[in-house]
Amino acid sequence: MTRSSLHDASVQELSSAICMSLENVGISYGSAEAVRGVYMQIPRGKVTAFIGPSGCGKSTVLRALNRMNDLIEGCTLKGRVLFDGQDLYARGVDPVEVRRRIGMVFQKPNPFPKSIYENIAFGARINGFNGDMDELVERSLRKAAIWDETKDKLKESGYALSGGQQQRLCIARAIAIEPEVILMDEPCSALDPISTLKIEEMMHELKKSYTIVIVTHNMQQAVRVSDMTGFFNVSSRADGEGKVGCLEEYAPTEQIFNAPQQQATQDYVSGRFG
Amino acid sequence: MTSTFTDSSSAAASHSGFERSSLRFNPSLARNRWSFLFTSVAATFAAICVLPLVLVLVYVLIKGGSLISLRLLSELPPAPGLDGGGIGNAIIGTFVVSSIAALIAIPVGVGGGIYLAEYSAGGWFSQFVRFGTDVLSGVPSIICGVFIYGLIVSTRFFFDQSYSAMAGGIALSVLMLPTVIKTTDEALKLVPNELRWGAFGVGASKFVTIVRITLPSAFSPIATGAVLAIARAAGETAPLIFTALFSPFWPEGLFNPIASMSVLIYNFAIMPYEAQISLAWAASFVLVVMILAANLFARWLSRLTST
Repeated sequence: MTRSSLHDASVQELSSAICMSLENVGISYGSAEAVRGVYMQIPRGKVTAFIGPSGCGKSTVLRALNRMNDLIEGCTLKGRVLFDGQDLYARGVDPVEVRRRIGMVFQKPNPFPKSIYENIAFGARINGFNGDMDELVERSLRKAAIWDETKDKLKESGYALSGGQQQRLCIARAIAIEPEVILMDEPCSALDPISTLKIEEMMHELKKSYTIVIVTHNMQQAVRVSDMTGFFNVSSRADGEGKVGCLEEYAPTEQIFNAPQQQATQDYVSGRFG
Repeated sequence: MTSTFTDSSSAAASHSGFERSSLRFNPSLARNRWSFLFTSVAATFAAICVLPLVLVLVYVLIKGGSLISLRLLSELPPAPGLDGGGIGNAIIGTFVVSSIAALIAIPVGVGGGIYLAEYSAGGWFSQFVRFGTDVLSGVPSIICGVFIYGLIVSTRFFFDQSYSAMAGGIALSVLMLPTVIKTTDEALKLVPNELRWGAFGVGASKFVTIVRITLPSAFSPIATGAVLAIARAAGETAPLIFTALFSPFWPEGLFNPIASMSVLIYNFAIMPYEAQISLAWAASFVLVVMILAANLFARWLSRLTST
């Protein structure tokens, strides 16, 4: 019920509230092309999920959204990635500034080897935050639904938390710098079902104030959390050597899972491959 | 239970090609004898490996340990032919020269290691630097001494002074440099990339990431490497003979010749005076204990992050 209403809403807002858009994006690692020909418009204030089999380039595309691929040797991007109408890969764009606006949560929880408090305060401090740090730490931890578990041990190391708590700490850390977009690269793949559920509940809260893009291997998760879904697939390259990823279908989640337009999407979401 | 099991297995032996014996350990079997023999040989060689260390410690303790006193640590060596005295100036000298070496080698080495691990893209320059440090670590220490002698001492580079504590420290820093670069490089490579990404993900610049996240994570292996390099350099004689020289007096500043324990041992051990020879033994003992303490300190440092 809610999902179908979200569906209608997302279709209406698609034209008016585009947060990021990809125009003919192709990404290569050295001479090996990883993904090509991606056109996509990511709506503001929604959760967009990327699904697809391994090696289809969904994480690569996600990392392209905040120029994380710059850190990988030999990675090049063709096409345009627009954020609020600005090309992120234009000359003169500072990738550090991009990442302050577009935060990221990684597959493996990676808290800093500091106290829980410092994990949150680090990002804020280097971004020149000069408000009430205690209040910011509490607010971020509350938003990430981990305040109750950590309020008595803010001075303890982030490593003292369980895996699921660490991941929520990393989400709190990403929220603390108040980005506009949060990218999540399989944030629950290393977590147990209960932690996964907590993070999914939290995402429903978070999308009120942030645009979220999530890569997931778990199709049920995509159904539960996302408004839009992009299905990536691998196809053999024209020259017959190696494989390249492409965006097979991108539509409201409802449509991807109930009435996909492509046969490959139908096969994938019904569990016939991948 | 065991007997029924062996019985059944020996029964099985009758109709397979293998000879089945009891499950009990039989020490007279050829494979067990060979195993025992090779275990003993390996254990003997392992014992021989640590034997020199134990013997050196015991020997130096016997010869020099009895002379340990406050006087030894606080007085100047006696003039030839006289008794008593101590090695106070050499202890201070070793600290001064090693400190100069550390102050030069640690910033340069850590900086070089950071470049190799964090900034270089694995191109020809970083490969050249890595190869160069490998070669430098194999250069004989006396060559470092001769090099600094030619570069600084014979040219009277510092305030028209020839032999100086500064020249000695620079010679030792050349020896320390490859160790510090290599341990920094290796330690930074061990920091998981996820940690760097995490910092970049919250909008940290490369500089902030290295200074605030990567370097602190790698602190203890880097510090361990630096302490080991200092301990290694503090015991070196050859680079100091032509550079810091020696002095029977208290240190007179960084740009004058200075005593050091290793050169004191080298000079005094071959003198025909009883007092000097026993001072050389005492200095050996103090030096060995200091280097041992530095190694233990390094072990303690390296355990800091593992807990």
